[in-house]
Amino acid sequence: MQTMMSTVSEWLLPLIVGSILLFGFIKRVPIYNTFVDGAKGGFATSIKLIPHLIAMVVAVAVFDASGAMNILVKWLEPCLTWLHIPPEVAPMALLRPISGQGSLAFMINIFEQPDKGPDSWLGMLASTMQASSDTTLYILTVYFGSVGIRRFRYAMGVGLLSDFVSVLASVFAVSLLSGMIHF
Amino acid sequence: MIDFIWLVLFLAGIVTAMFTGNMSKVADAIIHGSERGVTLSIGLISVIALWLGLMNIAEKAGAIAWLSRLLRPIARRLFPSVPVDHPAMGAILANMSANLLGIGNAATPLGLKAMHELQTLNEDKETASDAMCTLLAINTASITLIPTTVIAIRMQYHSHEPTAVVGTTLLASAIGTAFAIVLDRVFRKLSRRRRAA
Repeated sequence: MQTMMSTVSEWLLPLIVGSILLFGFIKRVPIYNTFVDGAKGGFATSIKLIPHLIAMVVAVAVFDASGAMNILVKWLEPCLTWLHIPPEVAPMALLRPISGQGSLAFMINIFEQPDKGPDSWLGMLASTMQASSDTTLYILTVYFGSVGIRRFRYAMGVGLLSDFVSVLASVFAVSLLSGMIHF
Repeated sequence: MIDFIWLVLFLAGIVTAMFTGNMSKVADAIIHGSERGVTLSIGLISVIALWLGLMNIAEKAGAIAWLSRLLRPIARRLFPSVPVDHPAMGAILANMSANLLGIGNAATPLGLKAMHELQTLNEDKETASDAMCTLLAINTASITLIPTTVIAIRMQYHSHEPTAVVGTTLLASAIGTAFAIVLDRVFRKLSRRRRAA
């Protein structure tokens, strides 16, 4: 299972890139110019991220450097261990539904620690958590707000509960990849 | 909400530093944190541009139209209250396809269009309809094929295998989405029962 998962991860990206280019070529899309046109949007997106990342990375760095992160992690530890969620990613999971940039800053914080890094178990878990869920509260506000819905009914409950499930599913998926669970 | 969280992160940090004696580390974090925010965003340009370029090809080649056809039978079951030939169905399918491709930039406008069309079918304009709640559930838990931003940041931090998270993300987000759909149905039944009682 472990080798299968890493093979899938290795092959998927080149295969996706290859099939997109081939698919476009067969459909007579001018692939080179279409790529360049689309890629232009990448600058705008990245530049737009700068102020958000400055704000959030600084806040998380202050929170961590002061020792407050350690205190929070210790405090949450008992209830997280029986859910098999490492306490180090708990602050990230808490912030994920509220602020994408905020949880991103926590992920970066894990990547930057010399004993952890992006390829460590925790780094993989943080990456998977960040990628597999979305800013639920933001989406709720924007989508419903755009048409003037004021009563959300059960949508918020469903959104937040599935965020919680996503955290557990991320732990499961990364454990599977690292061979901690066998079938 | 975001104001409150931002303030708490700073204040909790500064107050804790008063007791732990880490004030110099906090000062350092303030100065270097902002610098990192900038270098990180600049570093993201490469991968984000790459993917937006590739996705532009996919979109122009009709990938969204193709995925939409593929998803049609699923969407019909997920949104039984939406007539098959209503514009809302088309927008929902396009939104689901864009989500699957991981192009958040395209998914949001398509989702807003779907929401707008669903509002025309909604009887009570201030209360979310069943179909709207389902659309939200799918969007907040969205299945992701390619986690562009995360891969980009992993590259920035010299990961040996930046794309190793593609498989785990696919699995975790698929489980999350399956749960979201089930939860949506369960909550719908419960809310019906409560209203009937």
